[in-house]
Amino acid sequence: MTIALNGEEVAKKITEVVPGSVAAADKMAVVVGSKSLYQVAEFLKNTSGLDFDYLNDLTAVDYLDYFEVVYHLTSLKHNHSLVLKTRCYEREKPIVSSVVSLWRAADFQEREVYDLMGITFEGHPNLKRLLLWEGFAGHPLRRDYL
Amino acid sequence: MAIRTEPFILNMGPQHPSTHGVFRMRVTLDGEVVLDVEPVVGYLHRGIEKLAEGRTYTQNIPFTDRLDYLASMTNNLAYVLAVEKLAGIEVPERAEHLRIIMAEMMRIASHLMAVGFFLNDLGAMMTPVLYMWREREKLLDLFEMVCGQRLTYNYMRVGGVSHDIPEEFLPALKRFVAEMPGLIDEYDQFLAQNEIVLARSKGVGVLPEDLAINIAASGPVLRASGVQWDIRRGDPYSIYDRFDFDIPVGSAGDCYDRYWVRVQEMRQSVRILEQAIPQLPQGEVCAKVPQLLRPPVGEVYGRIEAPKGELGFYLVSDNSIAPYRFRIRPPTLINLTALRDMVIGWKVADLIITFGSIDVCLGEIDR
Repeated sequence: MTIALNGEEVAKKITEVVPGSVAAADKMAVVVGSKSLYQVAEFLKNTSGLDFDYLNDLTAVDYLDYFEVVYHLTSLKHNHSLVLKTRCYEREKPIVSSVVSLWRAADFQEREVYDLMGITFEGHPNLKRLLLWEGFAGHPLRRDYL
Repeated sequence: MAIRTEPFILNMGPQHPSTHGVFRMRVTLDGEVVLDVEPVVGYLHRGIEKLAEGRTYTQNIPFTDRLDYLASMTNNLAYVLAVEKLAGIEVPERAEHLRIIMAEMMRIASHLMAVGFFLNDLGAMMTPVLYMWREREKLLDLFEMVCGQRLTYNYMRVGGVSHDIPEEFLPALKRFVAEMPGLIDEYDQFLAQNEIVLARSKGVGVLPEDLAINIAASGPVLRASGVQWDIRRGDPYSIYDRFDFDIPVGSAGDCYDRYWVRVQEMRQSVRILEQAIPQLPQGEVCAKVPQLLRPPVGEVYGRIEAPKGELGFYLVSDNSIAPYRFRIRPPTLINLTALRDMVIGWKVADLIITFGSIDVCLGEIDR
């Protein structure tokens, strides 16, 4: 059985290494600031005891006030999981750092989020639309796209 | 005398028989040697994730059939499990068993097609795949008995399944389970040690273990690379923890191992069916669930071991009748991330079989 780590406990560990990065935490998930996302992700991947080597799923949700980018992480070594989130309050041009250099699983998924949700992933090696064609107007998965 | 040559770009697809659907590869070639591959997807994009936001939880079940249409039952299952987790619904025992039976039948059907078309790509044009088709046909007949459909079943419901099985179903399934191991032996006799199969697929399209984990490969692609990870065992859902089965693992991570893992998984699925049939209890097949389901505010990531890998549904509920966000984690799109690494330096013909060995379904990649 995969054990879902308590977000509050992981948040404490994150705060020790990357102070001021945790914006909110509950049992289910840790929310970190978009500026420190990469540092936190690197910490989660490379710290022994956490070893999140497997990025199951990367997606984004549009809550109208902000965008939430959601990372579902698993450690195959310890069989535990964590939900990591970051929020973007900018609507015109939301920017989040790319995690492709840590988990290449993010490659197509970040392109998909960029395509359908319009979030730019800084540092992505090949950020272009995945499913829709270049020149398509708008980002259909935003809640205000009708 | 040296001849001056230049690399050139070749568009393979979107209409190309070996692409298993409308998939395009932009291939840079030096003669016949692959220098670079860029997968181009989206030709089958129907916007299912967006459409689902405007429909109720139950109305979204048929959409899931249209993802990986070679394994519709498991798509149904992944979705309803996620909704049940979100809404906290208990499923009756009989329905749990029926779900396992359907999911394992579906795994055999999907792997039959994967193996058959892989051999097709190798150049064994249509002969092996017709054998596989023969067996898949029996499975489709069984599915037709259960729900009247042969491709898009729409059988699972939130809280259980839509109908109980007809009385002729179990005898037919027992006959299938009894003969299937012998038929798999027959394939092995023809193919497993066939010299052409070995020469074409051993050592070709290698995906190393660390890269497989890093790209979040899943299903047979991950296991062929030597990672013993199966969600049915690692994070059991439904009642998989009650069944006894092995997880076949490859070692080389090449095309042959991916083929071999699938054949072995069919054997394991037969084992699970053998255990599930006698255990099937009597009783209800669907829990009492409100027609207009309003799950509490929250979110859930439900995942299952689909035939092609980890199929996940990330659902966000705002306590209305439709999901606020409906995200599908497509296993084969993510497995394709490593295609470029697997084929650089190989010939065009090897590109075709490496792509075939990943076993993609474009309905799921494009959604």
